[in-house]
Amino acid sequence: MTTSLRPEQPVSDDLTSPLEPGRALFTTSMTTLSVVFTFFAIIPLFSVLIYVLIQGFTSLSPDIFTKLPAPAGTPGGGFGNAIQGTLLMVGIAALISVPFGVLSGIFLSEYARDDRGIIEVIRFGVNVLAGVPSIVIGVFAYGVVVLSTKTFSAYAGGFALAILMLPIIVRTTEEALKLVPWELRLGSLGLGADRFNTTARVIVPAALPGIITGVMLAVSRAAGETAPLLFTALFSQYWIDKVGQPTASLAVLIFNYATTPYADLQRKAWGASLLLLILVLAISIISRYVFRRRF
Amino acid sequence: MQTQPSNQLEAPENLTAGGGSLQPDTIARGVFLVAALAVVGTLFWMAFVVARDAMPAISKFGLGFLVNSTWDPVVEEFGGLTFVFGTIASSAIAMLLAVPVGLGIAIFLTEDFLPEWILTPIAFMVELLAAIPSVVYGLWGIFVMIPIVRAVETFLNQTLGWIQIGGKSIFGVPYGPGLLTAGVLLAIMILPTIASISRDVLKAIPRSLRNGSLALGATRWETIFRVLLPAASSGVVGACILGLGRALGETMAVTMVIGNTPQIDTSIFAPAYTIAALLANEFAEANTAVHIGALFFAALLLFVITLLVNIVAELIVRRVSLERN
Amino acid sequence: MSSEQLQADQVPTKAVTAYKVRNMAFFYGTKKALDNISVDLPAKSVTAIIGPSGCGKSTFIKALNRIAEAETKVRIDGQIELFGQNIYDPKVNITRLRRRVGMVFQRPNPFPMTIYDNITYGPRVFGFKGNYDEIVETSLRRAALWNEVKDKVKTSALGLSGGQQQRLCIARSLAVNPDVLLMDEPCSALDPIATLRIEELIETLRDQFTIIIVTHNMQQAGRVSQNTLFFNTDESRIGQLVENGPTKEIFFSPKDKRTEDYISGRFG
Ligand SMILES: Nc1ncnc2c1ncn2[C@@H]1O[C@H](COP(=O)(O)OP(=O)(O)OP(=O)(O)O)[C@@H](O)[C@H]1O
Ligand SMILES: [Mg+2]
Repeated sequence: MTTSLRPEQPVSDDLTSPLEPGRALFTTSMTTLSVVFTFFAIIPLFSVLIYVLIQGFTSLSPDIFTKLPAPAGTPGGGFGNAIQGTLLMVGIAALISVPFGVLSGIFLSEYARDDRGIIEVIRFGVNVLAGVPSIVIGVFAYGVVVLSTKTFSAYAGGFALAILMLPIIVRTTEEALKLVPWELRLGSLGLGADRFNTTARVIVPAALPGIITGVMLAVSRAAGETAPLLFTALFSQYWIDKVGQPTASLAVLIFNYATTPYADLQRKAWGASLLLLILVLAISIISRYVFRRRF
Repeated sequence: MQTQPSNQLEAPENLTAGGGSLQPDTIARGVFLVAALAVVGTLFWMAFVVARDAMPAISKFGLGFLVNSTWDPVVEEFGGLTFVFGTIASSAIAMLLAVPVGLGIAIFLTEDFLPEWILTPIAFMVELLAAIPSVVYGLWGIFVMIPIVRAVETFLNQTLGWIQIGGKSIFGVPYGPGLLTAGVLLAIMILPTIASISRDVLKAIPRSLRNGSLALGATRWETIFRVLLPAASSGVVGACILGLGRALGETMAVTMVIGNTPQIDTSIFAPAYTIAALLANEFAEANTAVHIGALFFAALLLFVITLLVNIVAELIVRRVSLERN
Repeated sequence: MSSEQLQADQVPTKAVTAYKVRNMAFFYGTKKALDNISVDLPAKSVTAIIGPSGCGKSTFIKALNRIAEAETKVRIDGQIELFGQNIYDPKVNITRLRRRVGMVFQRPNPFPMTIYDNITYGPRVFGFKGNYDEIVETSLRRAALWNEVKDKVKTSALGLSGGQQQRLCIARSLAVNPDVLLMDEPCSALDPIATLRIEELIETLRDQFTIIIVTHNMQQAGRVSQNTLFFNTDESRIGQLVENGPTKEIFFSPKDKRTEDYISGRFG
């Protein structure tokens, strides 16, 4: 179109003439497209939230927390055992993953200066671990725990969830520690405290709210995970009487009930989803507030 | 509180310590390091266990596993082709949808299109999408998406059903569950990964590049396409590959909407099956050694594929962040 | 037709005013950064802007190509005319304005692409159909960079030294044949030799372009400019134009005490 580099018209005519049609079209179409895209991305979010809220809310009742599942087809009953199971397995998972995760996080944050090489390797490994599909983690837990104990159990489920939580705890701990002002370290080191004392007495206490938030975030993610529990903890219709037996969980309950033809069970799936969603979203929002970035 | 006068005398000694002497500091560092190595060691442990338990199937089926499309526990013949196909095809559909949309969102949420007070909540909402458990997406998929897909399929069959391949409508039988349904749901699920990471990458581009382009008389979109996206390209590619890694391994949502039929059909509406869904459905019930071995083999396959994808993504993202420092 | 000829046809001859600024006030959000600026900036000559840090020099030249509004929310009162056209008129197309008003920033900001692509960026954006090789050579020659890079125009611009990068940025602006070239402390990130190069370059560009340069370096202002604007702030932290006129007068017989103090302080 343009063959000369300087517009021929006088300055005032040139400045007030509109953008070339092609460029104007490009601008409008791209802007429209990105508005539409953003809109499309937000629709599913709202749709999921609204459905879970409406469907889940109508199915909530005190029975849900206190009763066992009713036999398929008969109304009533609850899923107290699934809530119990989720709490138990997430608890086991936290017992395993919190010590390893927090200690690793401390290493990554506080020893970063003198151990560059190994820190890079570990951070790389943690990120890759975070990308391992949760179903593969379930397969691993099956191979390690189920095959050797010869039974599905809360241990196996808890073990799988622990591995899932590890990378989240490591990263959030590291981040929480990094949010502690640098002067605090200098202050403590300057008083003659060694690094371990500085870390244990000053830095970790200062970062504790962040570390706890990170653990909660990991717990909420684990509570929503289904795939690693399907063939480690399996499911159960009964209250838990010992840890070494198949155990119900909210997440597996949603999967099992969603795929049945019974309306009553489907309603319970929505109810369980609502519980999980409230947990997960509340903790995500808190953690966003604490860390000001996403995990 | 711990400072005692004597510490001052010890100070020079402390400064030179660290080598062989077992100070509390050295021990602590050792403990931290061991914990961190244990976390990374899990990866190797995992690889070892899965490979070990897949061994019987690997020695029995070998690489033929990859090209055999029969999966029949009754006659103990196991081939993974249909699952590999389903995994790749559903992820491909997801990427096709999620990459442009995710990138569009990332741009829209970075380049000053919106005032801060509306931008922050939208960006946060997109990130929240990532926190919703996948089984909840699956539930939503079953009760909200599938009826819609079924209606669309029926409509397409009625109006365009004459477009056929091998005597069958390309829109398939209107079930609802199928490859396309799974692909769309996966796209929704990986969207936040792609959008948020791309947004971080775009945000990190120095303002001076934008200004340089604008000052030459380029429009905002010209600046985005000609300067910013090329400058952000490797980071954006890294974001997309991370998204791909998630899509390949995603289990619950896919299992709930893909139809779980081991086949390779001419219609993208037709039911299919993925490796992850196979594991989800059959692991608990498998009881013969060959069947369990074959499932481990499939799991190993998925593990290796996602591992490679994630390592590549990690290397790219890392290189980008190194370049920036 | 070479770009030089094009240039010649269009030149508003001697003593034409490029920018006419009247009662201009500049706000970042609600914070006033400049107040009551009125000045004429002559075409085809170099105008230097001097003054203490924070007095609004950058703000002033960022108002001249309307790049300030790309960064934050700003408001401009009063009038700024470029060759008789009010540039804040709602009818004005901002991309056309910026095409006529090039800008060189404090830190060199070459795009992460080849030297060639950097130079041809503007013309490509405008859909120019013609000889790109010629544009590249002409622009690089005008920016006194051709001899140094002629064998590697297809390599990354990021491989150049800081001074070369800054001249590349000048060349990039020249490639679209602007009327005006704004420079915000173009030498502050460069070593003395690179600085000298840029000053020589400004010298050669002087009679083809209207050049407005912000500088902290008094000697530089004295060497390259014909006219000088002195900005200052008081306790109000609002920038004002204290004095302007031919550089010699501002330097050797300033009318305002503040100008004199600043200049003697800087030379001292
Ligand atoms: N984006 C902005 N938002 C708000 N205030 C700003 C912004 N940019 C500059 N200011 C303020 O406007 C005033 C003038 O700034 P400006 O950058 O124009 O000064 P300057 O004369 O170029 O200084 P220097 O010599 O240090 O470059 C300063 O008080 C500064 O704090
Ligand atoms: Mg400045």
